[in-house]
Amino acid sequence: MSDAAAGLLQVGLLVACLAVAYRPLGGYMARVYTSESDLRVERGAYRLFGVDARADQTWAVYARSLIAFSAVSMFLLYILQRVQSHLPLSLGLPNVESGLAFNTAASFVANTNWQSYSPEATMGHLVQFAGLAVQNFLSAAVGITVAIAVIRGFARSKTDRLGNFWVDLTRTVLRVLLPIAVIGTLALVAMGVVQNFSGGHEVTSVVGQAQTIPGGPVASQEVIKELGTNGGGFYNANSAHPFENPNGLSNLFEIFLLLLIPVSLTRTFGLMVKDKRQGYAILGVMGTLWAAFTFAATFFEVRGNSLEGKETRFGEWASALFASSTTGTSTGAVNSAHDSFTPLGGGTALFHMMLGEVSPGGTGTGLYGMLILAVLTVFIAGLMVGRTPEYLRKKITAREMKLVSLYILTTPTVVLVGASIAMGLAVARASIFNTDSPHGFTEVLYAFTSAGNNNGSAFGGLSANTPFYNTALGIVMLLGRFLPIVLALALAGSLAKQQPVPVTQGTLPTHKALFVTMLVGVVLIVTGLTYFPALTLGPLAEGL
Amino acid sequence: MTTLTKAPAVEQPPVQKKAPSGLFDPKMLVSSLPDALRKLDPRVMVKNPVMFVVEVGAVASTVIAFTDSTVFVWWIVVWLWLTVIFANLAEAVAEGRGKAQAETLRRAKTETTARRLTDTGEEEIPAAQLQLGDLVVVEAGQIIPGDGDVVEGVASVDESAITGESAPVIRESGGDRSAVTGGTKVLSDRIVVKIMTRPGESFIDRMIALVEGAARQKTPNEIALNILLASLTIVFLIATVTLPTFATYGGVHLSVVILVALLVCLIPTTIGALLSAIGIAGMDRLVQRNVLAMSGRAVEAAGDVNTLLLDKTGTITLGNRQAAEFIPVAGVTDTELADAAQLSSLADETPEGRSIVVLAKNGYGLRERHTGELPQATFVEFTAQTRMSGVDVDGRQVRKGAAGAVSNWINSHGGTSDARLGEIVDGISASGGTPLVVAEAVGGTARALGVIHLKDVVKAGMRERFDQMRAMGIRTVMITGDNALTAKAIAEEAGVDDFLAEATPEDKMALIKKEQEGGRLVAMTGDGTNDAPALAQADVGVAMNTGTSAAKEAGNMVDLDSNPTKLIEIVEIGKQLLITRGSLTTFSIANDVAKYFAILPALFAAAYPGLDRLNIMQLHSPETAIVSAIVFNALVIVALVPLALRGVRYRPSSASAMLRRNLLVYGVGGLITPFVGIKLLDLVISLIPGLR
Repeated sequence: MSDAAAGLLQVGLLVACLAVAYRPLGGYMARVYTSESDLRVERGAYRLFGVDARADQTWAVYARSLIAFSAVSMFLLYILQRVQSHLPLSLGLPNVESGLAFNTAASFVANTNWQSYSPEATMGHLVQFAGLAVQNFLSAAVGITVAIAVIRGFARSKTDRLGNFWVDLTRTVLRVLLPIAVIGTLALVAMGVVQNFSGGHEVTSVVGQAQTIPGGPVASQEVIKELGTNGGGFYNANSAHPFENPNGLSNLFEIFLLLLIPVSLTRTFGLMVKDKRQGYAILGVMGTLWAAFTFAATFFEVRGNSLEGKETRFGEWASALFASSTTGTSTGAVNSAHDSFTPLGGGTALFHMMLGEVSPGGTGTGLYGMLILAVLTVFIAGLMVGRTPEYLRKKITAREMKLVSLYILTTPTVVLVGASIAMGLAVARASIFNTDSPHGFTEVLYAFTSAGNNNGSAFGGLSANTPFYNTALGIVMLLGRFLPIVLALALAGSLAKQQPVPVTQGTLPTHKALFVTMLVGVVLIVTGLTYFPALTLGPLAEGL
Repeated sequence: MTTLTKAPAVEQPPVQKKAPSGLFDPKMLVSSLPDALRKLDPRVMVKNPVMFVVEVGAVASTVIAFTDSTVFVWWIVVWLWLTVIFANLAEAVAEGRGKAQAETLRRAKTETTARRLTDTGEEEIPAAQLQLGDLVVVEAGQIIPGDGDVVEGVASVDESAITGESAPVIRESGGDRSAVTGGTKVLSDRIVVKIMTRPGESFIDRMIALVEGAARQKTPNEIALNILLASLTIVFLIATVTLPTFATYGGVHLSVVILVALLVCLIPTTIGALLSAIGIAGMDRLVQRNVLAMSGRAVEAAGDVNTLLLDKTGTITLGNRQAAEFIPVAGVTDTELADAAQLSSLADETPEGRSIVVLAKNGYGLRERHTGELPQATFVEFTAQTRMSGVDVDGRQVRKGAAGAVSNWINSHGGTSDARLGEIVDGISASGGTPLVVAEAVGGTARALGVIHLKDVVKAGMRERFDQMRAMGIRTVMITGDNALTAKAIAEEAGVDDFLAEATPEDKMALIKKEQEGGRLVAMTGDGTNDAPALAQADVGVAMNTGTSAAKEAGNMVDLDSNPTKLIEIVEIGKQLLITRGSLTTFSIANDVAKYFAILPALFAAAYPGLDRLNIMQLHSPETAIVSAIVFNALVIVALVPLALRGVRYRPSSASAMLRRNLLVYGVGGLITPFVGIKLLDLVISLIPGLR
């Protein structure tokens, strides 16, 4: 079979699998977040933590609960790394240095999973599964709760309540993530992914060197790494490592996992706002963008005929498909070195992250990010049909626009300002490997884009485990995660209070191809215009 | 009782109220220039964040130009200032049109003296000293000193100063025609007016403030759009200020002037420059149609209206019912009936009576007779007791009237009413018309001749307008005092979506509240005092200028022409205002793409030759490319001033169709136009000596 035929077959199979899972999972999640009854284990947890499961929260209380939860999570993760040498199952590894521990704690709590360290040489099994893996579940769940709260903002009217963060969080973990993760783990083990608590195997490499490859609970980590769009690998080589991703089938399954929830959430959205067509429209926008970027990445890689940095068992097609899906979902897992992509292929991955992780984005983050861009689009399009703009029967007034404007301002600001500071400081420039080539700048820009958009994939070529990058990227990850979350929740609160307006002939239809096209255009132009000068000096300067 | 005398010829020429509008006059650019320069004051500019950034950039570039004096830098400096001035010019031109109108109004508000009634008699005081509740006397030839209601007398008043309409109107005490406006002139008779406004808050004062734009506040949607524009400006500011550190790494040094040029090209200057002009012009378009909006908020709300409440009489139908048809009973010819109907209506001066005479003439060829031709005739006037009118002539008695009354008359004059007559009468009633039975008595025996079908006549073109409304998603509800049967028939004929029959002011209010509970925005017109609560409750309440002070106070717009149909135009103007804003915003953002393709290769192609492939316009040199982009950016503002003032073309259609059209014209057009424009400018600019 030719590469192209195999590649197209993979894409087709992937889309078919997602299509099959779309309705059941989307519908299931809608029921999870609208159900009035709790599982027994949930009631136990609520009693344990003193949560009143029936208490509906305002947006501010919801946001406070979320921030407090994340702050405590980050603190615990930081402490765990700092004392790991005193704890069991640490494989004799030393305590993690404070800058790195801060960076890693921020990274995993912000669902970024940027790793400026080599995991197998830094984190023992305990930190891996009691710290990082727990955050893989929790940070993914936090993203989904925000999406659900934003959906409720559209679906509810004349109320200031958006639901209960603790209930949403608990249900996401117990009813959505855990069951899929268990099934996924079994599937991955069947495909050959490692799952044990072994300390390491001595092997002799082809050139005769002795090498120690640690084993561990890889498959269980791998599943949530993809499913929760986390991306933090068990091994430094991430999904390029044969223990994490042994073959073409596991590769396709991992891509499926990372797209699964972001895609299905559009169905949940359509069901919860009681207009399935709106969910299809949002999915249409995400799908169009994903397809376009996948096509571009594949095109540049196949044309460049570049196998450097790629696993020969995957080749250009599967590597480009993985790269496009991981940068479109804020996952950041990689099965190939993006740094070694052709300049324009790597630039495509970079630009894909710059869209703000909305195609289809991270778990939850993709949906609320896209909904915010939809509100922006509605605002401009709505004016063009001669009405005060409205989306899903809610008016977009000055207050909503203020929050939307701040939201779309946040990520470009932290990314560009961060990158600018890095390029301006000699100490930060010293980390650049490919000096005096636009590629060096692309590496820095990629790092800040990845952190600001909570992607976590790295371009390589940049020694990021330095005090500057650990601190700067840690701050960028936290700002890029929590400022938008607060703004999105505030927007949801503002929308929920409104009285819905009736739909008439004069209402802008937001489920038709015309609106989908315009939303795609706004996503591309608004983000494209912001980053175009920077991209010119990076991938474009190198690739044209 | 005072008798009305014919109004004397109006002395002053009819006021030309309508300022030159519609077409944009280039001369106005020149005359508005001083205002535009005055607006450069940073304290004024800061209210427009986008243009303020341009001004700051222009100042910075000017300072630099003195140390780094090259042709290129000076070109940029000059065009940066022109960009700011053009923006101010757009606003000044829009305001200028209002100022002309304000001037006319001020003339009407000449210093008048008021004859205030006191306990002892009357005293003369300046009009400005009148207090709320004062009673003043105004006689023929005098100017009414302030807004108020007529409490005594009736007079004809020339209101041309505010309405532009030279035909005098009648104002009388009591009822819904009692309101008079300060600055208008009594042409005949004597009235006593109770002053209803405080000094300086009169209608004419508010009108002046409105058209001058002094009272202009940013409308909610304008504020929302401004927030978006400000945030886009910040994003581009960040994209620009972070660029030097990126460029330095590649060995490119970016000067401040170039960065300012890049920033100005990227921030949405087009819409930023025209935004306030669009708002002012929108209000102005209303004033051109003789509608005064008390707030811009109301104009925007008009574009959002979901439900229009329209009074039947005068809005949907002509003022009165008219004879549509004569239906004779068996054994009577059409002509006989028409003749009797005409005869019975000769002395009937009501509009219905006149319409019977007209129908007899036009439909049946009967010559119109005058009462004087029948000297021996005795005319019987309509009374509430008899509910009939008619004539006795040559021993023949002819009567017309309500079916019951005429039947009784026939029975009492030795006749019997035909059973089939009842069928005809019921048929007409069922169709929503009003039947008038015509009968005659000759030689003591009465008989019915037939029935006159009176019906409401729906104004021409109403059905089409309502169809358009429906296409725009607006529901029309007809309000009438008629019974449900009549109302239903007219509603069907006119094509409104719904009707409210036998409506009382309370019903109207309840209907508005019910619609609003469903999240709908309601617009209505009204004139009477009993309409005031509903006018206040409605999202858009248009009071007729002929109405009472209470109604005018309650509504948020006043229609000086007192034409209720105008509500439809108001909705269109509101929509057009929003569409213009949205279209120019789209155009402005879409323009940026081409500017990137002009400027970025110009900045970086020297360091990275590959980037020259982005120079798809094949511009002459980096310097001409940057100058062309900045010149295009400035000129496009001037080019769009007429569009901003006129509003983009608006044709009622569905939201989808409108979006498709505007997206094509202003979105796709906005992408392509600057590629062409910048290329053409580059061809010219490359000829300038000193620019390489």
